[in-house]
Amino acid sequence: MSHPGRLSVGAWAAALMKSMATLDAMSPPSDPSGVRLHIVTGKGGTGKTTVAAALALALASGGKRVLLCEVEDRQGIASIFDVAPLPYAERRIAVGPDGGEVFALAIDTEAALLEYLDMFYRLGKAGKALDRFGVIDFATTVAPGLGDVLLTGKVFEATRRSEAGRPTYDAVILDAPPTGRIGRFLNVNTEVAGIAKVGLIRNQADSIMGLLKSGRTRIHLVTSLEEMPVQETLDSIIELEGIGLPIGVILVNLATESELAFDDLHAAVRDELDETRIEATLKEAGVEADPPVVAGLLELARQHGERVMLEREQQTRLEAVGVPVVALPRVQDGIDVGALYELANQLCASEEF
Amino acid sequence: MPRQSRTGRLTRKDKPQPGRHTPQRVWPLAGRLADVPVLSVDELIADKDVHIIVCCGSGGVGKTTISAALALRAAERGRKVVVLTIDPARRLAQSLGLTELDNTPRTVVGVDTGRNGSLDAMMLDMKRTFDEVVESHATAAKAEQILSNPFYQALSSSFAGTQEYMAMEKLGQLHAEALAGGRWDLIVVDTPPSRSALDFLDAPERLSSFLDGRLIKLLLAPAKGPARLLSAGMSAVTTTLSKVLGGQTLRDVQTFVAAFDTLFGGFRARAEKTYRVLRAPKTAFLVVSTPESDALREAAFFVERLAAERMPLAGLVLNRVTERSIPGLTSRAAAAAAERLDDKERLTAALLRLHCNRLSRREQERGLRRRFTAAHPRVPTTTINAFAGDVSDLESLRRVGESLAA
Repeated sequence: MSHPGRLSVGAWAAALMKSMATLDAMSPPSDPSGVRLHIVTGKGGTGKTTVAAALALALASGGKRVLLCEVEDRQGIASIFDVAPLPYAERRIAVGPDGGEVFALAIDTEAALLEYLDMFYRLGKAGKALDRFGVIDFATTVAPGLGDVLLTGKVFEATRRSEAGRPTYDAVILDAPPTGRIGRFLNVNTEVAGIAKVGLIRNQADSIMGLLKSGRTRIHLVTSLEEMPVQETLDSIIELEGIGLPIGVILVNLATESELAFDDLHAAVRDELDETRIEATLKEAGVEADPPVVAGLLELARQHGERVMLEREQQTRLEAVGVPVVALPRVQDGIDVGALYELANQLCASEEF
Repeated sequence: MPRQSRTGRLTRKDKPQPGRHTPQRVWPLAGRLADVPVLSVDELIADKDVHIIVCCGSGGVGKTTISAALALRAAERGRKVVVLTIDPARRLAQSLGLTELDNTPRTVVGVDTGRNGSLDAMMLDMKRTFDEVVESHATAAKAEQILSNPFYQALSSSFAGTQEYMAMEKLGQLHAEALAGGRWDLIVVDTPPSRSALDFLDAPERLSSFLDGRLIKLLLAPAKGPARLLSAGMSAVTTTLSKVLGGQTLRDVQTFVAAFDTLFGGFRARAEKTYRVLRAPKTAFLVVSTPESDALREAAFFVERLAAERMPLAGLVLNRVTERSIPGLTSRAAAAAAERLDDKERLTAALLRLHCNRLSRREQERGLRRRFTAAHPRVPTTTINAFAGDVSDLESLRRVGESLAA
């Protein structure tokens, strides 16, 4: 079965096992700094891409080299770093604090498939034949699920790649699909393994699941402190743990910082703030304190109080899970590259990474 | 020219931008929010010629809530409505009376039926829908064979993408049922939370390219004739597939495709029919977004994609807009006063600062909206102000509905 210049199934599997073993030796799973693959998910609208980008910057600090990947064909990374759309190539897009480097890659299913066939199966020529038969098109667009196999496969490859005896990247950060799809996305290789009992794809699927379930991987969940995103976060943790995937931290994004002292906050919600006093001090400060202004400020205070209380309730729910919770401040005036560095500093300071 | 490059970021850099070449364009564009046409949701739901309303938008913008609020309002204004939701948040599902995921429309209790309207709701069960298609379109023996095939089981329950096909299938079923029985005269659809919320529009084309392609002939070959009839190219491909997938998997896939062969055609025909229905004037698309840069960028993409497909866009629903709080008190005056009070009167200073934050957030949102408007000046828009709490019962859905129509 073995052809010259081609790896037999056995030899290929052996090579893969060897590289997995190298990975193991390099990074004992018990050591948190041994985490090589950070998967970032979260409900849509919670700032998943922003947090993934900030995490990439944080992990690049101290001269490390990291790769930030996206898989949803949205060019979210390019948009957030304000660079041209990313091609299917690893490109340096930012420098980390202390001279680190952040590379970025937008993973495209079709390009990943062709690269795979060539790299792993040495099917350069046969790959083209597959293309003529519409197999490539089928695999990347028609057949549900196969795309996810390719996307996770490429992330796997980048994570375990090494040059001159050391890993190409100190860490790989994946801006993953949202919580609604994450279980299905990450577990796709188990599904494949369930269908394919033997063959190259089976070996590949097993290796990918091996990495995902190992101590070298962590899945981080981004959430805002609202009922639905928090519920989805809690549901996802149960789902992911059920699959046997390692949870990293919960990243609370867009939290409202309380402007009011604790007592004032409670008084504001109960409409018990001292109206006359507020009116008097406003006048003292030179604000025309006619009734609509005072009423407007009291209403703002009430809404703010309700919001902060709701968020605290949600924070308590998250803290009850037993997963480390890291808070990121709400960035005023929108996210730009500068704000990413600020968030990255917060992540570094949390000592979870 | 910072302004132009910022505007350009609203749209996907790698996609065509049809909105930029409309002939009646008046230049220069002011992007004035006051000039944006108003979307009248009440007119839309009162229009008996509108049979389907599809809500699309990126994840987390409140699509499911908007769909439910719209459906409730239409029902209470006399329409016979069914709302098809895909994976709603638990509490919203409960508020609609959807405690079970059983793939059948259920009547929502507590709806005001004084104007002879009604509201049914259902959640899409992807696997159940797929199984039902197989059961109703194949012989009992064949159905059994398909349902027990390992490849089918993975395909129907676990794989991303199947949801889009099934959403199309279910929409087609509901539409046919509505036409035949008169149980409903309006279907409200909440689109799947897929990679792109418009992925389901591609379902018919994808199936067609597969069915007309050579791959299916290849996969069907062993069932239809001896291997020696295969061309050399074909057998090379089979060998490759067998090596990659494993012989057993390839046989499972082939068995599945062979058993499913007769069903594929029906699938395609129904998907194409649903696609045509979506293009007809009886359908209205609503793009839902929040006033944030990512969501508005996706919204712009949807608007352009719908125009390219010649799908009837009714307008944009802008959700969670920061409202004006105190008229007359400028940000500058409030900030200066807050500074003066900082040491003496912390509470009043904090209140003034809340006001400043609110104003700056509102300004930021308006800036983003102006950019969207500059690129898409004729998209009718309605806005919904941000609520402090969660929307989780009929009463709060009603409030959202009122806000939608205001």
